[in-house]
Amino acid sequence: MDWDWNFVWQIMPLLLDGLKITFLATVLGAGLAAVVGLVFAILRIAAPRPIAKLTSFVVEFIRGTPLLVQLYFIFYVLPDVGVRLPPLLAGVIGLGLHYGTYVAEVYRGGIENVPRGQWEAAKATNLTSRQTWIHVVLPQAVPPMIPALANYLIGMFKETPLLSAVTVLELMNQAKIVANSSYRYIEPMTLVGVFFLIMSLVSVFFLRLLEERFAPVEER
Amino acid sequence: MIDWSGYITLILQGAFVTLELTIMASILAVIMAFVAGLSRVSKYFPIRALATAYIEFFRGTSVFVQLFWAYFVLPFAGIELTPLQAGVSALGLNAGAYGAEVVRGAIKAIGRDQREACVALNLSRSQAMRHVIIPQAIPLILPTFGNLAIELLKGTAVVSLISLSDLTFQAQVVRAQTGSTLVPFGTILLIYFLMALAISYGMRWIEGRATRGLDGMRT
Repeated sequence: MDWDWNFVWQIMPLLLDGLKITFLATVLGAGLAAVVGLVFAILRIAAPRPIAKLTSFVVEFIRGTPLLVQLYFIFYVLPDVGVRLPPLLAGVIGLGLHYGTYVAEVYRGGIENVPRGQWEAAKATNLTSRQTWIHVVLPQAVPPMIPALANYLIGMFKETPLLSAVTVLELMNQAKIVANSSYRYIEPMTLVGVFFLIMSLVSVFFLRLLEERFAPVEER
Repeated sequence: MIDWSGYITLILQGAFVTLELTIMASILAVIMAFVAGLSRVSKYFPIRALATAYIEFFRGTSVFVQLFWAYFVLPFAGIELTPLQAGVSALGLNAGAYGAEVVRGAIKAIGRDQREACVALNLSRSQAMRHVIIPQAIPLILPTFGNLAIELLKGTAVVSLISLSDLTFQAQVVRAQTGSTLVPFGTILLIYFLMALAISYGMRWIEGRATRGLDGMRT
């Protein structure tokens, strides 16, 4: 096993190109997951019973099946019904849908953790439902959600290598291409691991800060 | 019209590989979770540091990267793994790292009074762990372990990328041979979902058994 630094510097620009796509996919996926999660959460809390039930089932189904297979489904099955997506878009939709189901749970938990008394007090002081949400419920529901959401963001970032299976040219795929064309696996694969390890150690540090900042009042 | 009967056998073979992989990796994960989780609360610093390094390493990179590393890089260090061995070790060690934090959390959650009672009864640290702390920690651990087992099952799909013929791999084979996409991918999504359901029901049953006799003992 020999490590060649020259080779490392030679492939670095390619890997950094891949890293950019990895970040792009994470950011877009997170944005989509935030929206999809909101839709799922609202449907489960507020929609009529049959629709809420159906949403629960869909959420369970998406959570119970592998992201990789969902990506294949989006990438290979949808074109048969006339929806042809570029790889990156397919990947982002996959990530967004998959993590949207997790995010929905976070939203739901956060909103349901606001005590009943708060809702009743808002009603007693004659706040409109809009005022209740903006001034009473959301300010109490959102802060505890933030660390959990950040956690899923990190999780999603670590899952982006799966996008290489649907030909997105992100970090892992660049590494694979380099490895296959040069027959050197040690440097590219190890570098991918190191990139992810560094990113996640840094993000775990920020996560701890967030957790301290937004800890429930009684734990401070 | 495509004759599906042969392909069904293919998919079922894949399901069997997925099942085998999930079970073997789960066993490894449970062992690693307890070893690393207990090491995290050890009184010796080197053991704690080693466990922390293991946990942070495997939680810091995804199972996909670890699998590729195990399969493509380790041979250069003289360690040849079959796809199945690489899959079981990557999945098991990865899930074990997440499980270790669960074990540690559950052990920490057992109240001070229990530890003090152990001291008062003159139990050694290992006796206290074995007879008092762990039996009470198990019911706290089980629900999260159930979720981790489902995550592990979902993680097994990536082994198809190192040419292990699991469900996802077989679906790709069927796609390549028939050109049909909806049927193979739809079928395996359903099979994965049923397996996940089976795990969650199974875990609920085990939880029921493990908490028997503990009613009213915890708040």
